Amino acid sequence: MPKRLLGLLLVLPALAVIAFLFILPLIMSAVGAFQVEGAFGWGNFTKTFDLYTKDIIFTVVIVSLSTVLIGIASIAIGGYLTLGEHPVAVAILRWLYRWPMFIPFIVVGQILRTFLSKNGMMNNTFINLGLMTPLDAVSFLDWRGIVIAFVWKQTPFVALLVAGAMASINRDTIEAARNLGASRLRLLVEIVVPQVAMTLTVGLILSFITMMSVLSVPLMINAQSPTMLTADIAFRVNSYGDYGVANALGLISLVLAASVAWIYLRASLKERA
Amino acid sequence: MTAAHNPAARNPLAALWWVPRGIIFGPMAFFIFGPLFNLLIWTVAEKWYFPYSLPLEYGFSSWARVFAPRGGAMESLTNSLVVALLTVVVSLLLAIPAGYALARLKLPFRGLILLAFLIPQAFPNLTVYVNVARIFYEIRLNGTIPGVVLVHVSHGLVYAVWIATAAFSAIDAELEQAARNIGAGAFRAFLDVTLPLAAPGLMASAIFVFLESLDEFTGSYFVGAPDVNMLPLLLYTTAAGGNYQIASITALLLLVPSLVFMLIVERFLKADVLSRVGH
Repeated sequence: MPKRLLGLLLVLPALAVIAFLFILPLIMSAVGAFQVEGAFGWGNFTKTFDLYTKDIIFTVVIVSLSTVLIGIASIAIGGYLTLGEHPVAVAILRWLYRWPMFIPFIVVGQILRTFLSKNGMMNNTFINLGLMTPLDAVSFLDWRGIVIAFVWKQTPFVALLVAGAMASINRDTIEAARNLGASRLRLLVEIVVPQVAMTLTVGLILSFITMMSVLSVPLMINAQSPTMLTADIAFRVNSYGDYGVANALGLISLVLAASVAWIYLRASLKERA
Repeated sequence: MTAAHNPAARNPLAALWWVPRGIIFGPMAFFIFGPLFNLLIWTVAEKWYFPYSLPLEYGFSSWARVFAPRGGAMESLTNSLVVALLTVVVSLLLAIPAGYALARLKLPFRGLILLAFLIPQAFPNLTVYVNVARIFYEIRLNGTIPGVVLVHVSHGLVYAVWIATAAFSAIDAELEQAARNIGAGAFRAFLDVTLPLAAPGLMASAIFVFLESLDEFTGSYFVGAPDVNMLPLLLYTTAAGGNYQIASITALLLLVPSLVFMLIVERFLKADVLSRVGH
């Protein structure tokens, strides 16, 4: 059929870019992870687990903690935007929360690096307000800095999705529960959140995968051990030209991301069944 | 509106609700705008060291250094803009035919094809860039502008194709049919009728692709550096070298387009297109 053929021809160039610049290198990385000096074997993985087990755990803990915090914050923001009763307060929040969304990760790394350091603006402000003494000031540029950077940057994105989904919920159930005397917190937890659970999960999974692949934030905020797998991969390639271990680390982060996506797929299949 | 929805009219004590609101919104504003304000101060700080919480001297000497003809920053700025514009052109050249086909022509596996463009966003991509750099090294694309553009295109294509598809499917197919009926060829009808109508949506996709390219760090780090210097790489190297003034000015240069586009993108991305994205 010529029309079908024409359609495929029009799509083909764009698909070829994805195939050659993403899928082919992805396969190369999976194959390369098992290649040790030309032969196949588990060598890269034994070396990876010897050197980087701590960083693998560190990455999982950091990204999971950030995901949980992003989830809580976006439910709170979306919930207030949906159930908030004072129009001015809702408008203030709506204006306020979105700012970090379009700020690039590398810029987030730079501005939080100066903001959170031992003599940074956050500690200085607390000291000037009398909330703490200069002796108590500590730098947040470790795992906490990475978590703060992730939550700072990703919350607006998930909150935007969640707030959008909450806005399209049928208001009748909310009003009915409100008339029965349910508190706003109970409305949020028992009526609103279950109805946007799918959107929330999608947003959190996309955030999880994004955080797994961000290189600039760990490089800018905390590149010392323990650090995130992305920083390890970059170090392995740039300092040793060791593609085997880099690919093994890449495959491990791929498996971590895939297992999260698997949870989502199972949940969505259950919902459709 | 019932009385329960407007407690202020009923209860003068309702103003007290601004206390807990202030306790939440105040620190939130501090954590959102504090780092941004801090960045602005750094761009004009001449002298700033411990234990002073504000700079001792202000001035624009760092700006002069960034924009000096031989400063290196101008080279990064030019490279970043050239790469971003080329990325937009290449992405649209690929996405317009693909989006038109996905929106109008009966395609087998349409859903799978749409999903394929999401792949670069759905996998941790660092290991992919490492291997792209290896391939490019073999074919001598590593450290060249076309190499960086190709990497950015693969990453930005999902915005380009998905928004272009949505833009084309938001247009009434009968308009094109009408042009065909009065004797216009298929290509003519597309150029004169469909393309201009899709222009706002295509503009929105161009904006997204431009921003993705401008802000992209990982791909440029592996494929471009050290031969092709870009703004994000300059930001990274100057910050690593402890030059916070230059780093902050570079960060500001990356930040402003993102914020401006955030404010205007709603003008191009209308609800009728937005609701069709990904379908």
